[in-house]
Amino acid sequence: MEILLQQIINGLVQGSVYALVALGYTMVYGILGLINFAHGEVVMIGAMIAMTVLQALLTAALTPVLAVLLSLLAAMAVCMALGYSIERIAYRPLRNAPRLAPLITAIGVSIVLQNLAMMIWGREYHAFPLPFNSTSHQLGGAIVNDVQIAIVIIALLIMSTLMWLVHRTRMGRAMRAVSENPAAAALMGVDINRVISVTFMLGSALAAVAGFMVSANYGIVHYYMGFMLGLKAFTAAVLGGIGNLRGAMLGGVLLGLIESLGAGYIGDITGGFLGSNYQDVFAFFVLIAVLILRPSGLLGEKLAERA
Amino acid sequence: MTPESECLLELASVGKHFGGVTALADVSLHIRRGEIYGLIGPNGAGKTTLFNVVTGLYQLDSGSFDFAGQRYTRCKPHLLAQAGIARTFQHIRLLANMSALENIMVGRHLRTRTGIWGALTRHAAARAEERDTVRRARELLEYVGIECAHQTLAKHLSYGEQRRLEIARALATEPKLLALDEPAAGMNATETVALKALLQKIRAGGITVLLIEHDVKLIMGLCDRVAVLDYGKKIAEGVPEEVRRDPAVIAAYLGGSGGGEA
Repeated sequence: MEILLQQIINGLVQGSVYALVALGYTMVYGILGLINFAHGEVVMIGAMIAMTVLQALLTAALTPVLAVLLSLLAAMAVCMALGYSIERIAYRPLRNAPRLAPLITAIGVSIVLQNLAMMIWGREYHAFPLPFNSTSHQLGGAIVNDVQIAIVIIALLIMSTLMWLVHRTRMGRAMRAVSENPAAAALMGVDINRVISVTFMLGSALAAVAGFMVSANYGIVHYYMGFMLGLKAFTAAVLGGIGNLRGAMLGGVLLGLIESLGAGYIGDITGGFLGSNYQDVFAFFVLIAVLILRPSGLLGEKLAERA
Repeated sequence: MTPESECLLELASVGKHFGGVTALADVSLHIRRGEIYGLIGPNGAGKTTLFNVVTGLYQLDSGSFDFAGQRYTRCKPHLLAQAGIARTFQHIRLLANMSALENIMVGRHLRTRTGIWGALTRHAAARAEERDTVRRARELLEYVGIECAHQTLAKHLSYGEQRRLEIARALATEPKLLALDEPAAGMNATETVALKALLQKIRAGGITVLLIEHDVKLIMGLCDRVAVLDYGKKIAEGVPEEVRRDPAVIAAYLGGSGGGEA
């Protein structure tokens, strides 16, 4: 019973991070029909920037709260600039190219960013210098710490803000309009390129927050961390129905739970044959199952139209 | 040539090709401020292509057009919308999964300014602008006579209502020129009469109307002047009575030989 509760908590925390990253995939897909495989690397760059800035600010003896806040803002700002540049340089020239071209470009951008990070920060693991002692709390036999609670709360806040932004504001209306019918939106006076840039920047800002969260939770930053995280979040977006914002959030949380529960019980199920290090298997098992059984995802409906 | 102030849209030798097919050849015409200008012609005559050129969906291959004293050869759709050209489509292109009200609010996009920061900080100006956008959208729904439908998703509206919503959305951009691509297509007689009244009301409000239509009776009863396109060329232009009696027009519609020469 304690294991169940503990795994649910872990799953929710991990799922919140997946959800934030999955939103970035799904927003770009919704508006361009493009899977931005470089998105995971944006998360990694966000984590790296946050780590570097946080280190520098703490060395400069800033108060911990201010240092954390400023490093998060710095990571968001850099990632927004990065997201904007990726779209501008790598995707926009291919807007009218066959669908395979931007997809391959996305993989290329991903490799470039990974190697760039490796050149700047090296191949080693870095400790994430979180300046708090994260207190652990007992919760019905399971343990949850401050960082994990903060992750879930902040993710919820960000996601509800995003939903409000998309459904209740001028820019959000423009985004939905472009996603539904770019030509009609342009003729109604919506600057499509601007909306696409804003979408990339929003998604990248969420990625930066997610990068900060993962690093704070695990205490480790590495140039390769974006790859697996990106694939998992992509899986989450597909699970929820890619192109659908609610789907990305639901898919993220569900995938976090599936993974965590799977990892917790796989040993019992297989009689100790497989251990919790097989955790990643679950995500991709889910991806394959969704693609076979319900390719449009849990909440998706428009996939057939798009493809 | 008409004086600049009187002429709103002037096409000078506009040409457009698709591969070897000439969709528009050397078309020149001018539309005066405040008139309802009709564009007719057999299927495939180039009417919609001409619309797509002046709204920026297609880039023209030769010639140019002047709108409100500004010359254009290539231009993006949203900039032409900014300049004051709004349109509707032959095949309705509403944002199907957005409510009627939201469709119109998208039309307000270029006349409003609030960006992400404004929305997030919710300062007084941003909130006032959003309130104003909702108010204007409601007024426009009422103006075209579908105020009861404001929360309905566009895809759930009846065909006639969708047509009206498209017009309202176009009006939301505050156009100088409203270009309508076959607005009466698929409408019954009652709906067509109501549409005619709506277009007259719009013109009375100071907006110039450019109309493509197959319903000859509607065109003749509504338009101040009419141009006829056939095989991408303008074969006639003038007041409806004149055009109706023009031999080249009769030949084009009835399939006479050599009718395309004009």
